[in-house]
Amino acid sequence: MEGSNNNNNNKNKNNESGILIVVEGIDGSGKSTQIHLVDRWLRSKGYDVFFTEWNSSETVREITSKGKKKARLTPMTFSLLHSTDFADRYEKNIYPLLRAGYIVLADRYIYTALARDTVRGCDQSWVRNMYSYARKPDLVFYFRIPVEIAVTRIISGRPKLKHYEAGMDLGLSKDEYESYKIFQGRIVDEYESMVSDENFIVIDGTLDIEKQQNTVRRNVLRTLKLKNQIRGNIARVSQLETNTDE
Amino acid sequence: MNKMISRKLTKNKDYSTTKKESNNKIKFINHSGIKYLKDIEINGSFIVIEGPDASGRSTQIQKITEKLEADGHAVVNAGLKRSDLISQGIIEAKRNFQVGRRTMALYYAADFADQLENKIVPALKAGFIVISDRYIYTLIARSSVRGINKNWLHQLHGFAIKPDLIFYLNVDPFNLIHRVFKKNKSLDYYESGSDLGLSADIFDSFIKYQLLLKKEFTMMQKKYGLIDVDGNKSIEDIYHNIQTKISGYLDQNKKNETLFR
Repeated sequence: MEGSNNNNNNKNKNNESGILIVVEGIDGSGKSTQIHLVDRWLRSKGYDVFFTEWNSSETVREITSKGKKKARLTPMTFSLLHSTDFADRYEKNIYPLLRAGYIVLADRYIYTALARDTVRGCDQSWVRNMYSYARKPDLVFYFRIPVEIAVTRIISGRPKLKHYEAGMDLGLSKDEYESYKIFQGRIVDEYESMVSDENFIVIDGTLDIEKQQNTVRRNVLRTLKLKNQIRGNIARVSQLETNTDE
Repeated sequence: MNKMISRKLTKNKDYSTTKKESNNKIKFINHSGIKYLKDIEINGSFIVIEGPDASGRSTQIQKITEKLEADGHAVVNAGLKRSDLISQGIIEAKRNFQVGRRTMALYYAADFADQLENKIVPALKAGFIVISDRYIYTLIARSSVRGINKNWLHQLHGFAIKPDLIFYLNVDPFNLIHRVFKKNKSLDYYESGSDLGLSADIFDSFIKYQLLLKKEFTMMQKKYGLIDVDGNKSIEDIYHNIQTKISGYLDQNKKNETLFR
């Protein structure tokens, strides 16, 4: 039993027949819209799809939001609670569903934690270790967008930013909007530093939604083909292909 | 004020007051620690008591606290599962059996971090003697026997600050089980490791589980400098053993301090 986790992970890799697709990017980069469209598309083609969102575990969310409301989370507890949330979803859903052959779509994955926690002042190698058990995605789409555009998208229609969302705990600025901009800018820097090492597929988030979706679907198709050849399931892929060619 | 000073004495001839102060810097288990706290100065002492349930930890802590306070030291008690931010969630998660092992490990780590930053560190900064009823070693041991990778666990808890003294109440599991029965009349589900499926017989499961934990502590003893205390002895004997070491430590600190004056 002892120290068996890492070995297990390696052993199980071959058994994980599912596909893990991730979208990353700052708030307002349009990633959620894109993953939603992928979700609809794959479901309409009869694929088994599971969608999971950052910070959404029922068990953990309540505590996290309580702490957030009281604004008493430190960078460490903030990081650990999000990591707990992720672990809960990973152990309950992501991992077993991948084993079962599902396509798992994740709106934010470990890269969000790596970017945010590092900006908040946690040691990056410590954060990396915390998420080291998580499977590498088959595809990571990173939605690149100038901070100003993303910030405008978020701020318009929102009278007040939330404390942690604006990065107010970092003391970057007394003004919430100013703080938010600086905070998001730093997160972008962290994302950009991961692009090549983590094999992000960069999507230009300023383009038309349809154009972005086309690029995304083309990449998803390629991955499905690669995997499906092994599963002998090409029929469904060619069906998908005819649809995107239109 | 702490161990580093005596070591520094032999190494460094020029010990001005500024040097002394820099030696009070907070010390983490992993060198990286909590980056944004790395400049904090610690003026108090940090004592940890480890040991299984019914090993007599709370009795000892009570006696030590009384003695220290009688001697004029200000004491703060801390422990696992006491942070009001998260502990309710842990209790619920456990009751509902709906949380995975890694999730549980992270939950506990979050709860611990909350206590460390909001209670332990401020108290040490202010010059209190902090006595912690259990520490990261219990968290590591529990998760490790549940199959979570050791290296991952040690790194995860590496942000904890280094205690000055760590006592481990080492009790023979057969002895322990009698103490548990004296205390509760029944065996706790988790303290018997029932979730591990070691044995259908809860008595056997308890013994096996406690032996596994004991093994984990033995492995950690050297790495973290745990002081093994024979917990099979009487309350008075154990207390005498611990008390002597604490007094010795505090006296040494005092001596070092006056040396610098």
